[in-house]
Amino acid sequence: MQKITGDILIEKASALLSSGTVSCVLGWKKGEFGYDVTPAVFSSVEELERDFVYNDFCGANFSKYLVSKTRKLEGKILVFLKPCDTYSFNQLLSEHRFDREKVYAIGIPCEGMVDISKVKATVGEGISSIDTDGDNLLVSTLYDEEPVAVDFKSVLAERCINCKSKKHVAYDELLGEEGDVIENSRFDEVARIEALTPDERFAFWQNELSRCIRCNACRDACPACTCEKCVFDNPASGVENKSPANSFEEKLFHIIRAYHVAGRCTDCGECSRVCPQNIPLHLLNRKFIKDMNEFYGEYQAGEEVGMRAPLVSYTTEDLEPGEALTRRDTDA
Amino acid sequence: MRKCSLDKINLLFAEIAKNAVLYLPVDENDGSAVYKKWEDGTAYSNALNTVRSPKDFFFPQTENLMGFKTLGKTIEVIDTRVEPDDFVIFGVRACDVRSFDILDRVFLSEPVDSFYASRRNHGIIISMACTRPSETCFCKTFGIDPAEPQGDISAWKTETEVFFKSNTAKGENLLTALDGILEDCDNNEVDAQKAKINAVMNRLPLKNLTTDGFGGGKTAEIFDSPKWEELSESCLGCGTCTFVCPTCQCYDIKDFNTGTGVIRFRCWDSCMYSDFTKMAHGNNRNTQKERFRQRFMHKLVYYPENNEEIFSCVGCGRCLSKCPISMNIVKVMKEIGGNKGE
Amino acid sequence: MNNINDTLIPKIGVITDVRIDTPDIKTFRVVTPDGKKAFDHRPGQCAMLSVPGVGEAMFSITSSPTNEEYMEFSIKKCGCVTDWLHQAEAGQQITIRGPYGKPFPVDDVFAGKDLLFIAGGVGLAPLRSVINYCRHYRDRYGKIDIVYGSRSKDDLLDYNEIIEEWSKDNGVNVYLTIDNPQDGWDGHVGFVPNYVKELGFNTNKVAVICGPPVMIKFTLDGLCDIGFDKTNVYTTLELRMKCGVGKCGRCNVGAKYVCKDGPVFRCDELEELPGEY
Repeated sequence: MQKITGDILIEKASALLSSGTVSCVLGWKKGEFGYDVTPAVFSSVEELERDFVYNDFCGANFSKYLVSKTRKLEGKILVFLKPCDTYSFNQLLSEHRFDREKVYAIGIPCEGMVDISKVKATVGEGISSIDTDGDNLLVSTLYDEEPVAVDFKSVLAERCINCKSKKHVAYDELLGEEGDVIENSRFDEVARIEALTPDERFAFWQNELSRCIRCNACRDACPACTCEKCVFDNPASGVENKSPANSFEEKLFHIIRAYHVAGRCTDCGECSRVCPQNIPLHLLNRKFIKDMNEFYGEYQAGEEVGMRAPLVSYTTEDLEPGEALTRRDTDA
Repeated sequence: MRKCSLDKINLLFAEIAKNAVLYLPVDENDGSAVYKKWEDGTAYSNALNTVRSPKDFFFPQTENLMGFKTLGKTIEVIDTRVEPDDFVIFGVRACDVRSFDILDRVFLSEPVDSFYASRRNHGIIISMACTRPSETCFCKTFGIDPAEPQGDISAWKTETEVFFKSNTAKGENLLTALDGILEDCDNNEVDAQKAKINAVMNRLPLKNLTTDGFGGGKTAEIFDSPKWEELSESCLGCGTCTFVCPTCQCYDIKDFNTGTGVIRFRCWDSCMYSDFTKMAHGNNRNTQKERFRQRFMHKLVYYPENNEEIFSCVGCGRCLSKCPISMNIVKVMKEIGGNKGE
Repeated sequence: MNNINDTLIPKIGVITDVRIDTPDIKTFRVVTPDGKKAFDHRPGQCAMLSVPGVGEAMFSITSSPTNEEYMEFSIKKCGCVTDWLHQAEAGQQITIRGPYGKPFPVDDVFAGKDLLFIAGGVGLAPLRSVINYCRHYRDRYGKIDIVYGSRSKDDLLDYNEIIEEWSKDNGVNVYLTIDNPQDGWDGHVGFVPNYVKELGFNTNKVAVICGPPVMIKFTLDGLCDIGFDKTNVYTTLELRMKCGVGKCGRCNVGAKYVCKDGPVFRCDELEELPGEY
């Protein structure tokens, strides 16, 4: 349940718009059923009051939008950032992907966002509205007389269950109380897959990736994927493809993408959130993060602007290539 | 009308599978449903619908069109086609059955797409009436009745029984072949179920959504609407809506070098993609606003204009639940068409 | 299954001759392996040519339907397929399928009328088919005026044919222009739209324009300025195409598919469509 309300954000945004500090607001627009909120640009107090919403379904990470919006929109943009979004924000700044001067960032606390598919798995299809009473979501459906109470914690998105930080690493202004980097067990699933035999592991990924429909949503939502022209969209690259020509290519896309964002991925989890086929894509990225942590020492992409990722900074302490293999063999 | 008790459904599936490959919705671990080939022990899903639409059966995501062998300056065209096996798709919802009609008007119009036609000829569709529509359903907007699904055979499922009615000769032949398992019955229970479904339909949040403002000839009126900019503002340009859509049928044709020859294949393409209309010397839809507009104009204006006012949307709601930013055709219809659907 | 024809499955074509027209345009002569024309077509129609492994692309058929021996395609080097074709030699096989699209209305609307053809650059390629068709059936048409311009003299397509054949025909007038003055050129210098206005044609005729989009736009405006009615002006469009038969979904302008409902459009009809071309 979010402690900060939409009304507080509307008030804040309205004040900044009215004072001319910002010219527009990147926020969430309410949808048809409560959970289907859409990222939107608001440029007047009336629009904010009519459509702005902040609830348990505002999962979208706005950082990536800043790349295109700071180029397209005039004036300063107000953006609301949840703790995990601020890591992407910093990472994009490290990569010089947008002009910091064009952004007014407000950090907002986040209690974790809800995965609507988990709610549906609990109450079934036919949700007409969703309310809250503190610890529970009160879900009204077309088929139940009374709203069904669903424990908020039981329907959190995977990335929120394994939340790595409630701390904002970037903002101009912070609403609510600052949180901390938190202990988490986000690498447990990676460790479980690492412990499989190569054949089992191959079968696991084969099964997951064979469902890919190459909609590119993972890439298009990923804050680390901001190439002006993606290699997979470039006919001259030789790997441009809209659908896999065979099962090898199917994996190629995701593996190449994981390599390309290695060291830059902040583990924001957008890839898995947007996948229409529920492929746990974040596990590929987490595997790289886990390996890098183990090989080169703990590193969190986006923690600070200007940090050099382990894969782009050489030190004499670096692991020798062969050691990674030895380590794998002894671990296995 | 014929029926069989629900505990005999596996016998029925086994009987169908004797002469054709049988596909039906099956539950996945993550709670979603997917069409799978029936094998002994496969359980029929109770889910409202599958994430991917059954258009795959007739218009697969990728299919080989032909092969080429080149030697020096010469080329040989190799026919790579194989006659598909007869197949039966069980449990297709009314919305998805309509999508086949919409695809037919594209692929079966002259010149007939023989790849599609061949699959269509080999397939039998057993539809299934809905009992628990979702908030995202709006098939009624397009005149589809989820209580009366079409297809070669229509089916209704109650707590204890499954009812069947054939609509085509193909369907009747199949039902006749299942005589040993099915028994004749009256319409009473099916009628009672239809009444129940219709009562639910009147409670759906999108029940009043209309196509007002759309249809053939509306291009000049809505093409330049300022709303397109606003609606497409946060569109990621991914292909999710297109690929989960049962009526999206745009495709690309590409060559794949296998190392020993060339395979020319066709695959799904998306008008949302930046390179969809890109030519060597330019692109006539350079912005996401233009690409976004194309998708909805196609479904709501261009297609009806070319196809006797039939809209190229069936109200299945897949794009409503799958779009990463929850932008969808309902929001477009409400904003651009001006009907609030309330 | 093996005996079902599908329009997507092409025939083999053999390039029997490659003519260098300009620094970036070559004209390819194509026949089937047994030396015949691949199929019959009407003026303005197109064909899909492909190089297996490289790709397939739509080209207008440059030769007239009255040529019963072969087809010709004048192709500008500007992408993967065209780059490859420009390296091809006589004897090279390619694939060919078609014909696609609606032709120019040469047998009804054009019949008995004076005709004005206006082309820019490689835009002469689709018009050459209809010009030669009308020259072949010379007595069916009135006076024929041809205005053609390009960047330089070297960039004029079919220059020899224009000089040696077209301009020697009775009742055919050819007006050539190039963008900038150059040595050895004593003809007109200037852009096509302006030249058309300078020439100031009698408006009681059918005009056909083809060239880069911007040239088409300004020429059409120019024709309207001197009194032409858009119902008497035709043009031919080019957008990205994959299937050629209105199914793959990318070449539409509004509800019309360029491959199926075009590429030939009457300008008043085109004006009704959204400006997405």
